[in-house]
Amino acid sequence: MKKKNVVQFIGFLLLRVCLYSVLAILLLFLYDIGRKGGGAISWEFISQPPRRGMTEGGIFPAIIGTFLVTIVTAVLAIPLGMFAAIYLNEYAKQTRLTRIIRLSIRNLSGVPSIVYGLFGVILFVNILRFGTSILSAGLTLGLLTLPWTITASEESLKTIPNSYREGSLALGATKWQAIRTNVLPYAIPGMLTGTVLGLARAAGETAPILFTGAAFYLPYLPKSLSDQFMALPYHLYIMATQHHAIQQVRPLAYGTALVLIVLVLGMNMTAIIVRYRLRRKRRW
Amino acid sequence: MKWFKKGRWRLSSSLVFQLIETFWGGEGEDLPHSGEKSSSPRSLRGKRTLARWKESAIKTFFFANGILAIIVLIGIFGILLYTAFPAFKEIPLAEFAKKTWDPTSPEKAQYGLLSMIVSTLMCTAGALLVAIPLGLGVAAYLSDVAHWRVREIVKPIVEILAGIPSVVTGFLGIVLFGPVIAKIFHTGHGLNAVNGSFLLAIMALPTIISISEDSLNAVPSAYTEASLALGASRWQTLARVKVPAALSGIIASFMLGMGRAIGETMTVLMATGNARSFPHGFLESVRTMTANIAIELGEVPYYTTHYYALFAIGLVLFVMTFIVNLIADVILNKYQQREL
Repeated sequence: MKKKNVVQFIGFLLLRVCLYSVLAILLLFLYDIGRKGGGAISWEFISQPPRRGMTEGGIFPAIIGTFLVTIVTAVLAIPLGMFAAIYLNEYAKQTRLTRIIRLSIRNLSGVPSIVYGLFGVILFVNILRFGTSILSAGLTLGLLTLPWTITASEESLKTIPNSYREGSLALGATKWQAIRTNVLPYAIPGMLTGTVLGLARAAGETAPILFTGAAFYLPYLPKSLSDQFMALPYHLYIMATQHHAIQQVRPLAYGTALVLIVLVLGMNMTAIIVRYRLRRKRRW
Repeated sequence: MKWFKKGRWRLSSSLVFQLIETFWGGEGEDLPHSGEKSSSPRSLRGKRTLARWKESAIKTFFFANGILAIIVLIGIFGILLYTAFPAFKEIPLAEFAKKTWDPTSPEKAQYGLLSMIVSTLMCTAGALLVAIPLGLGVAAYLSDVAHWRVREIVKPIVEILAGIPSVVTGFLGIVLFGPVIAKIFHTGHGLNAVNGSFLLAIMALPTIISISEDSLNAVPSAYTEASLALGASRWQTLARVKVPAALSGIIASFMLGMGRAIGETMTVLMATGNARSFPHGFLESVRTMTANIAIELGEVPYYTTHYYALFAIGLVLFVMTFIVNLIADVILNKYQQREL
């Protein structure tokens, strides 16, 4: 064998090792949580509130809390993201302003989540006086999700061929009519899929809700949007680091981690599979 | 600043024109049928004005949503600056450059940021040390070696890795990697900078893999074909032609991964032990800037110097990640322009 073939063999082997080690880490993650969390999961764990200083019982309020916050996040982030994407892809011309908008979007997605938390504390909790509540936390997460939803929606709009718009415009439709009848119907499934990916990330975020509304423990379920709430990621954080009997509640923490990961990855996988189907179906 | 004024002028003038058009029904050129207006009956013209009004209102509406990203970004910066301002007024700047952060000390409160900044940079550097070779390796494998079917499977898996919540990663840092690290390095517990670095590396990997792979794939096939035609092996082509050609994109991916590592909160909060002292090695507990905010903001009384100082940390964090992301953006843009 020639020397360069030996080098190539070793090189490709190294690359393969890189890939396998990344996959191994991911598998180890999922396996550990699945194995140790699986034992904690029961109907009681899902459907009951925590009892006895959170050493027993379930995580029902945390599931509900995360669910409610994610709805507020979706209500803010989905429409705003879609509208901004429509502007960028359909109306905006290549001006300096457009470039600055795109730059801001890319930069927003790089802003640390704890900084969004600080922003939420001042804007939503203090200035707008929503207090520490589902509303404040949901809006903070909504802003955090915004850059992802804009990008995902724009990706979807980009896949619609120009002939669709032109055909409609040529028949005398106004720009908005063309967008509404010939672009959006085909783009919306893709937009929603991309948005779900963003929402999944928001549902798993902890840092932005630490100070905008998540509560250590609540004996009751939130009754309105201005109540505090328990959230799955924050609950896991508490069970893993803040609880007075950490070793004793480890199984509960594992169970919480499993529920959280199933929720987030479930949303992710659904979106990824739907997107894959959409891409395959497309023949234009 | 000249361009900014010009841009603003253009923006405001176009808004004014739209308003004028809207209220006085001026003729826009982008609407159909505008040529036959003289012959059309009055009611139809009224309808058309209405349609035009609606069109420009819709456009303005979408425009307002479009510039929202700028408003939010400036808003975050503004609010951080505004809230951190009292801290800069009350604490001398030289104080921030010291090592000790002890705002609740009964004798003399100290606001040195140096330990935290060093801790953040240590964890970030450690993370990049692991994530760069690993991420580049996976990206190169996916773009050059892997069968397309393998790629179809691995890419969603990488996305799944990106989707794992940071609090879960941190939890695994405590229960899974902590004990292992404690055993290997013979430290009492495994909650230290090594643990944090490793977890941050995992969190930065998806960014590095996907952007590096994109830029490797964007290398024109003429380059690779020329190299192969000259007798180079596929490995030589990859290492000496493709990677150098895609280098700017690859470096940008490192920068973006670095930005993520600097700003990550929950994993480092949970896995690095959070000791306040100045770190002297990777096996010590460290407290990063993000972790410090997360720990102290919940306990601090509002509107005290300590409270403002936490926002000052947030400001430093924002500026750091902003610069890193901006550099990545400039590199990526240059690269894209060259491609065209």
